[in-house]
Amino acid sequence: MSATATNAPQTDHPTPRPEGALRATLSYLAGQLRQLGLFIALIAIVILLQGMTHGVTLSPRNVSNLVVQNSYILILAIGMVMVIIAGHIDLSVGSVVAVVGALAGVLNNKLDIPWLPTILLCLAAGALIGAWQGFWIAYFKIPAFIVTLGGMLAFRGLAQILLKNTQISPFDDTFRKIGSGFLPDLGGGTSFLEPLTMILAVLSVLALVVVGVGARRGRVRNGLATEPLLWFVLKTAFMVALILVIAWQLASYRGTPIVLVILGVLVVAYSAVMANTVFGRQVYAIGGNLRAAELSGVNARRVSFMLFVNMGVLAALAGLVFTAQLNLAGPSAGDGFELDAIAAVFIGGAAVTGGIGTVGGAIVGGLIIGILNNGMTILGVGTEWQEFIKGLVLLAAVAFDVFNKRRAARSA
Amino acid sequence: MVDEAILEMRSITKEFPGVKALSGVDLVVRRGDVHAICGENGAGKSTLMNVLSGVYPHGTYEGDIVYDGQVCSFGSIADSERVGIAIIHQELALSPYLTLAENVFLGNERAKRGWISWNRTENEAVAYLQRVGLHDNPATKVIDIGVGKQQLVEIAKALAKDVKLLILDEPTAALNDDDSAHLLELIGDLRAHGVTCILISHKLNEIKKVADRVTIIRDGRTIETLEREEISEERIIRGMVGRDLTSRYPDHTPRIGPELLRIEDWTVHHPLDRGRVVVDRANLKVHEGEIVGIAGLMGAGRTELAMSVFGRSWGVDISGTVYKRGQPINVRTVQAAVRNGLAYATEDRKQYGLNLIDDIARNISAAGLGKLARAGWVDENREHVVAERYRRQLNIKTPSVSSIVGKLSGGNQQKVVLSKWMYTDPEVLILDEPTRGIDVGAKYEIYTIINQLADEGKGIIVISSELPELLGICDRIYTLSEGVITADVARADATPEHLMHYMTEVREEDHV
Repeated sequence: MSATATNAPQTDHPTPRPEGALRATLSYLAGQLRQLGLFIALIAIVILLQGMTHGVTLSPRNVSNLVVQNSYILILAIGMVMVIIAGHIDLSVGSVVAVVGALAGVLNNKLDIPWLPTILLCLAAGALIGAWQGFWIAYFKIPAFIVTLGGMLAFRGLAQILLKNTQISPFDDTFRKIGSGFLPDLGGGTSFLEPLTMILAVLSVLALVVVGVGARRGRVRNGLATEPLLWFVLKTAFMVALILVIAWQLASYRGTPIVLVILGVLVVAYSAVMANTVFGRQVYAIGGNLRAAELSGVNARRVSFMLFVNMGVLAALAGLVFTAQLNLAGPSAGDGFELDAIAAVFIGGAAVTGGIGTVGGAIVGGLIIGILNNGMTILGVGTEWQEFIKGLVLLAAVAFDVFNKRRAARSA
Repeated sequence: MVDEAILEMRSITKEFPGVKALSGVDLVVRRGDVHAICGENGAGKSTLMNVLSGVYPHGTYEGDIVYDGQVCSFGSIADSERVGIAIIHQELALSPYLTLAENVFLGNERAKRGWISWNRTENEAVAYLQRVGLHDNPATKVIDIGVGKQQLVEIAKALAKDVKLLILDEPTAALNDDDSAHLLELIGDLRAHGVTCILISHKLNEIKKVADRVTIIRDGRTIETLEREEISEERIIRGMVGRDLTSRYPDHTPRIGPELLRIEDWTVHHPLDRGRVVVDRANLKVHEGEIVGIAGLMGAGRTELAMSVFGRSWGVDISGTVYKRGQPINVRTVQAAVRNGLAYATEDRKQYGLNLIDDIARNISAAGLGKLARAGWVDENREHVVAERYRRQLNIKTPSVSSIVGKLSGGNQQKVVLSKWMYTDPEVLILDEPTRGIDVGAKYEIYTIINQLADEGKGIIVISSELPELLGICDRIYTLSEGVITADVARADATPEHLMHYMTEVREEDHV
């Protein structure tokens, strides 16, 4: 998240012309409103639930659980937001989670293959699945909706075939750690705060500040407009505080979940890919205007194909994490995950028509869903009401978007 | 034939934001005539017909429409259809997966209390289809018949609405010779049955064949109406182009070097109708520092020629060779064309040229992103520096290069498109309608940029519908008619009449 936040080139304040300046500032604020609003909504929900649950929501144990239990949806949301920005969709990821879990069960439990080869084979299987679907979508021009709807059915079936309609359990201990393990406790389990977590937190904070300041210097050196210094300082300070608070809570419990490390690396890496690489640009370009991108020399078919390969790998990773957490591969694993991931992406501000969206937004969207789920569970709200409320939240988020755009169009 | 007016349009004026499309147009159409309307692209023909058929409702224009002796105020197309006016647009309004019979009665279903009577639908459809000379099974789907027959279905549909005044907008533009001939016959036949036709066409030989009178429109004004005995191609051309060429073009002394690009025997077929040749054995070349124009009317194949050369972005069964400095080059994909120094700035910047929801800097870098990247990572600071450079150089009016392109004016969007291709540092730039829809001041700026690019030794190909523009900026002009290059005219020898003559030249006629 931090990578997009600091590198986003969306500052415009140098304007000499007065009426242009006003308009630019207004559109700048309108653009910020969406991202800020999302973040504020997340914080408001956290505070609300913190009050309603009498402090349980932000307790060390629950913060740790929140990360662990939402990790697979967040991993899926990263791949999904890229697919959706390109103007596609992937309905099959829930079933891919199931089939990869089943494969892991067969390899690790039935065939006694060690954890590392199991993981690598499963990721390769995910890539293969993605390549299969990507081939039909990119080179055969069959709409992604159809191809992945087919995949959703086919891979669910394949999972049941692999499992022979039973469940596979248990998995070896090392394998299970990628779902529910923690980084080693340097304090030997007795310290007030787990030291490694705090060290990692301080390192992330340093990285955040160094990268942020570096990017800002680079812009200044090239004579480019920068965001106001005060805003930059406030934003960075807020992120630093947030990381430290979360780390504090985690360190007060059992330390850093391994899946948080995986997730953190993925978020930073994919944010950077989408914001700073040629590939990322091409994804936005084909989603924004496919024909214009092709006529600018973008190999749109290859980009779409790669996106689905990537989605397959991430879905496989989500499947591994989920299976490891449950210590069980079951035929109904991952049921409905695709919808949670898609909802996260749209709550996070992506456009249904493609071309708009960020990895950071999708993560915040996923966290909003996760925290609502978690809070309502703590409060004893039934799953039926949870689903109902999630649906309304999705609609409200997108309605807010549409409303915002209309207003921006009117004022322009 | 009764000598009375079925339609009188009196001093029609229609304004769009910033443009006066029609200013005081008068049109009188006699009952039972085939009345042709001629004019250059953008003269206001289609706007006038849209006013007549209620696409632009009463109140959005000034002036009166008197139809059948009544002053009419149509609020919608349905209103004009009710009194018997039907318009058939260039893009057909048929539903491809419905049958001929269903299409004939689309929006006018043979039904009782909402329940369709299929027997009546089929029987009556057969009758209407036969009137237009179509003997296909009425249960055939529209998608399974050719464009020529689809045009006839449109007319049958109009007849089913009991049409008295039929407006045909470029009805033969997409048809082959046989289908065109058949359609013209049908128009004559309808006249015999008392249907009045307004025919908009660029094909002057067709107008000569069927029209009773011709009204010429230029720059949103009625120029003249010719009677049957006055109609000749030369006479119409004179009316269409006869305007004074005030100098709205920057002075430019070309420095023409050796041959840069040569296209040989270029043939392109239509992607949906493989039998149709859209570009026919075209040969053309451009030298270093030369600005070459391609003149042609709508449907002549200008854009199709350009896009097929640029990475086969349009058309199928493409044959021919492209040479750069005498060496054949690969232009099979857009990537290859760009690599070989070609650039194509589209006529439709919103559809094909820009990512409207992204910012200026990213649009400018879109085609040359490789130059900004190291190992796949884009140097965003340099990207902004580059964008700033073009903003200043081309005078793109925007508070910041981080502004969204969709919010810019047409002229500034066009400059972004030009920047995008200039940044790829091409040797040959194909500019398709580079000044479409932008104001006079911005046009002048664009012409200046084109001249600068030529002075840098690039070869420029300009496609334009505006003859004065081509005459104003080009060193040499090719005329294109129905996919065939009909002439190669040096600037000194070019006059509008001369060019229009070649632009309307038809293949089977004798003056090749």
